[in-house]
Amino acid sequence: MSAQVPIAAYLILAAVLFSIGVAAFLIKRNLISIFMSIELMLNAVNLTLVAFAHMWHQVSGQIFVFFVMVVAAAEAAVGLAIIIAIFRTRETLNVDSVDLMKS
Amino acid sequence: MIDSLTQFLNEHWDVIISLVKIALLVFIVLTVNAYLTWFERKVVAHMQSRWGPHRVGPHGLLQPAADGLKFLLKEDPTPAGVDKFTYYLAPLMALALALTSIAIIPFGPDPIVVFGHKIYLGIVDLNIGLLALFAITALSVYGVALAGWSSNSKYPLLGGLRSSAQMVSYELALTMSVVGVLLMAGSFSLRDIINVQAIHADRGLFAWNVFPQILGFICFFTAAVAETNRVPFDLPEAESELVAGFHTEYSSFKFAMFFIAEYTSMITVSSLCAIMFFGGWLSPFPATWTFTHYLPSLILIPFGLWVIWDGIRYETIFGRIVLPGIGTVITVIGAVLIAFPFINEFIQGPFWLLGKIFFFLFVYVWMRGTLPRFRYDQLMAFGWKFLLPLAMANIIATSLIMALRG
Amino acid sequence: MQLALFMIFGGLAVLAALNLLLQRHPINSALSLVVVMMSLAVLYWSLGAEFLAAAQVIVYSGAIMVFFVFVIMLLNAGEEERTTGSRAAYIVGFPGAAAIFCLLSFVFLSERNAFGSSNVGGYLNHVTSNISEVSSLLFTKLLLPFEVTSVLILVAILGAVVLARKEQ
Repeated sequence: MSAQVPIAAYLILAAVLFSIGVAAFLIKRNLISIFMSIELMLNAVNLTLVAFAHMWHQVSGQIFVFFVMVVAAAEAAVGLAIIIAIFRTRETLNVDSVDLMKS
Repeated sequence: MIDSLTQFLNEHWDVIISLVKIALLVFIVLTVNAYLTWFERKVVAHMQSRWGPHRVGPHGLLQPAADGLKFLLKEDPTPAGVDKFTYYLAPLMALALALTSIAIIPFGPDPIVVFGHKIYLGIVDLNIGLLALFAITALSVYGVALAGWSSNSKYPLLGGLRSSAQMVSYELALTMSVVGVLLMAGSFSLRDIINVQAIHADRGLFAWNVFPQILGFICFFTAAVAETNRVPFDLPEAESELVAGFHTEYSSFKFAMFFIAEYTSMITVSSLCAIMFFGGWLSPFPATWTFTHYLPSLILIPFGLWVIWDGIRYETIFGRIVLPGIGTVITVIGAVLIAFPFINEFIQGPFWLLGKIFFFLFVYVWMRGTLPRFRYDQLMAFGWKFLLPLAMANIIATSLIMALRG
Repeated sequence: MQLALFMIFGGLAVLAALNLLLQRHPINSALSLVVVMMSLAVLYWSLGAEFLAAAQVIVYSGAIMVFFVFVIMLLNAGEEERTTGSRAAYIVGFPGAAAIFCLLSFVFLSERNAFGSSNVGGYLNHVTSNISEVSSLLFTKLLLPFEVTSVLILVAILGAVVLARKEQ
């Protein structure tokens, strides 16, 4: 009952989630999946911030996370609206097919 | 061996008691659900001048058992082309979330003391209890949306989308309408909310939160009815409009899971109304009127005697055996409460809370039998353009008054 | 007990994140991301941030991910196909992610003694609850960022409505 978890364990877990998010961002071809991997990266950073807030006994780390959540919500709204607009014109969600600006 | 067993029990007392409480509560909630369907059918039928179920068992009391048996034994087809994982996940999620929300509700103020250990009535008392309940409400949108989409059919998809849009819209009004209560209580814990109302328990009925927060109560109850997809907000699952909405393609036990989830969320909402606005386990009489403590017995004994009298003259032999038996049990419970004042004091809190929950469930069923349903655009306009500004006005008014009072 | 919580929910988060990476249909990735977020909510709770845990479930899993699921349902684009671009992505993606992970874990592990250990529930038995602490800081010293974020949300709502509207 008194086995304590070192803070470094939470940080390593956040690093694992972040790198899985980076891998998913680079590998996936569906626009929405790429967007979800961005959310995964944001969550990993949130975990880091909460772990540090716990370590320093400051609550401003948690407020930082609160603001990150709010900004992520706003970004998700606008991003998904853009994705819907893209789907309406291109009829596909594959990133390899929406490269019209390339020569 | 006995020594090591008792030692093990004493060390892990909390976990064992929690497991026992969870099992008991799940069993009780599922039984209450079943008899809530019986109650609804009987009340709606009597409001429509007909009998309702009265053949299966005395007064139709075995109808829920027959329904349960039907759900278990019916054929369970899986339509072609469904997304298998989400098709099976959706009713599971709906039921799991609905049953989880019962864990946070406190059912009585005093603990039972067994072998020196205190057992509180209620599985857990979170200090963010109300926020956790809203979290569970927010997640229950998934059950509906995934059910509608995975069914690979037009009516469920439309019903699911409409229903989830409705739930998300009314969630805002729901969470904002209770902010007034939270400002007055100063805490998210449900026990604290009742204890703040208990400070002026000598005023009895008028200490309850519903009088200062009448606007909040109306907003909360309306938004909660919309959240649970009940009449008059049940267009997404109405039979005449959309076949059966998001659970069209579900049959037998999976449909029963959605059904149980809906009735369980009705019970949760009724408990929340009772706890937050109507004083929870507080009696409507002032606390100094101790003679009102005999009210439970005063209700139970005549009711038990009436059940016995009705049972003796019942038409079937089975009814003539079972009903007087039930009546005797009820009368004996009432007599025990008079004979043992210790148990009587303990039972006061849960009695009033269960009475209030029963009253709100009756209001739910009453609305089902009386009101016509909203059209979808009327429903959304009502949620966004009327309820949400009303809830915000309630917050502003409450905080202004509290700030001016100092 | 905190070790058990951490191992179970940390493992669940990593498995769900891997599932997000490996699934082809975006709806399964979305549901895996919901599992990640709920496991993270439990981990926040164990670190003493109970308000954040509830906010994570209400805002992130209960609103943002519902939005993702809606868009996936409505657009109904189906599973993703393997194209030539994805071959190149494999060559860059996995080593890049592995490099980032190695860098981060090296930094964290080399400082692990300075970080110390965590407390179960983390100082949740204070006189003031976690919500009181958060709100007393949020509404006094950090009031300006709070109001700015509300303007940000308003801008995002307007932007989303304009972008997703059908052309008349």
